[in-house]
Amino acid sequence: MSVDVPRRNDGFVWAVRDTLAMIGRNLTVIRRVPQLLVFSFVQPLIFVFMFRYVFGGAIKVPGGSYVDYLMPGVFVQTVAFGAINTAIGLAEDKNKGLLERLQSLPMSRSAVLAGRVLADTIRNVLIVSLMLVVGTMVGFHTHTNALKVAAGVALMVLFGLALCWLFALIGLAVPNGEAAQAAAFPLFAPLVFASSAFVDPRTMPGWLRWWAERQPVSIAAKGVRALMLGGPQFPMDYVWASIAWSLGISAVLAPLAVRKFRRT
Amino acid sequence: MTATGAAIVADNLRKTFGEVVAVDHISLEVPRGSVLGMLGVNGAGKTTMVRMLATVLKPDSGRAMVHGFDVVEHPQAVRRSIGLAGQSAAVDENLTGRENLVLVGRLTHLSKSTARQRADALLDQFGLADAGNRPVRTYSGGMRRRLDLGAALVAHPPVLFLDEPTTGLDPASRLDLWGVIETLVADGTTVLLTTQYLEEADRLADNIVVVDKGLIAAEGSAKQLKDRLGDTVIEFEFATSSVASSAAVALGSSVAAATIVRVVMSNGSVTLRDALNLLAAAEIVPSHVALREPTLDDVFLTLTHSSPIGGAAGATA
Repeated sequence: MSVDVPRRNDGFVWAVRDTLAMIGRNLTVIRRVPQLLVFSFVQPLIFVFMFRYVFGGAIKVPGGSYVDYLMPGVFVQTVAFGAINTAIGLAEDKNKGLLERLQSLPMSRSAVLAGRVLADTIRNVLIVSLMLVVGTMVGFHTHTNALKVAAGVALMVLFGLALCWLFALIGLAVPNGEAAQAAAFPLFAPLVFASSAFVDPRTMPGWLRWWAERQPVSIAAKGVRALMLGGPQFPMDYVWASIAWSLGISAVLAPLAVRKFRRT
Repeated sequence: MTATGAAIVADNLRKTFGEVVAVDHISLEVPRGSVLGMLGVNGAGKTTMVRMLATVLKPDSGRAMVHGFDVVEHPQAVRRSIGLAGQSAAVDENLTGRENLVLVGRLTHLSKSTARQRADALLDQFGLADAGNRPVRTYSGGMRRRLDLGAALVAHPPVLFLDEPTTGLDPASRLDLWGVIETLVADGTTVLLTTQYLEEADRLADNIVVVDKGLIAAEGSAKQLKDRLGDTVIEFEFATSSVASSAAVALGSSVAAATIVRVVMSNGSVTLRDALNLLAAAEIVPSHVALREPTLDDVFLTLTHSSPIGGAAGATA
């Protein structure tokens, strides 16, 4: 019953292995309860049909067709909604006592959060890929090359990753999954809807337009449009701006989430 | 407070959450291979104490050593030496029983094959072999607790923290789990067990600390604690309350409840025969006589400032 004295030199290797183990655990849920993935896919699907077919006819956007404008917005909305999963997952693990068990194990401290955020990012890639197929089916056409389209996916997934840190912070602060979901919604109204994701902000009142043109969801949507549609409407500047936003959000919120985790 | 021979040593641990003092100051020592029962009501500070010792929470002040390692200075070394189970630890509902155990094994840094072997061995040991490939959400409460305990044992920890391991279990599952814990202790594991059930502490623990409002209200073996209340109580019941009050006068006691009079047999000065003789002399016939040995419940209720002896029904002899 002797116990080894801790070895520090292989800390990084263990951090990676522990993170992989946690990613595997978090993704198992998708296999066990596939309904969860279906539901997170249904929501953006409804948005596509609503905006493409119900409101679409009445919405004017500058330049090309509305469906081409819409889909990048839906993609960004999808990764943003996907990030709620981070909050729900962590809040439920805390509620069920699982975080406590993990905290009593000699595992890497960072692997719990990293495993959660990365699993949700992989999940986002999966859902966004499906949404690309859906987009094609409803008439979405990319106007650039495959490389740029892939870069567009990477751009929105990077943005989703940044939001995962925000939702990790929320998930650790609330008592359970329902509270996490409830806390998430008020954030989405100003972020996802008051944005250029679905409509051109130039139709909004001045004060709202000011916000809708500058906030990170709009920038991400414009960055994705720049990569998938191109054209003078959507210069590459938005891509760099969106990367800056995503890295900035992660740089500020990831350490805060880690700190919160250590104190939970 | 000496550390030699003790698997767990806590020295003036304290933890507050804002205004709430969860653990005021608690010191304790658990010798290697023994079981300490920590007894207290909800909110007494038991779980906070376990969380600090299991390195989940950092104490505000005080020190603690587990298996020779300081919980604040060397938390990872402590984590390598402990298992934590009970109300505050858990398993993943969406994973199978086997996957849960393998995951804990992997996160404890066992090799893949060792983790698998341990998982299979534990599933066998806890009677879960048949359910091992089913998601935990299909398990009964008793099965979950057994799996949870199994998860705490993956790395053969020499020190085990069990936080209310049987709360919410039916009597059969509880007996079952007690058997498992007794086997572990027989194999030399040191256990710190929190419970609200005096019976559980009485059966499993070598030593008991009664925790109340973040402080230790009493400590000792079950026998020592019972001895503090000491004495056997004779309980007479009478047909009417007026008979009871005359009986109380005759016995030099007072009416405990409506028709009940209790006499404490202290140091053999009052024996059952004496009491019956006194009643016979007063020509009073009791309708019912019972002898009550003090139970840990009595100790517990007295120490935690709830109603003393009496109130709820006790054992009758």
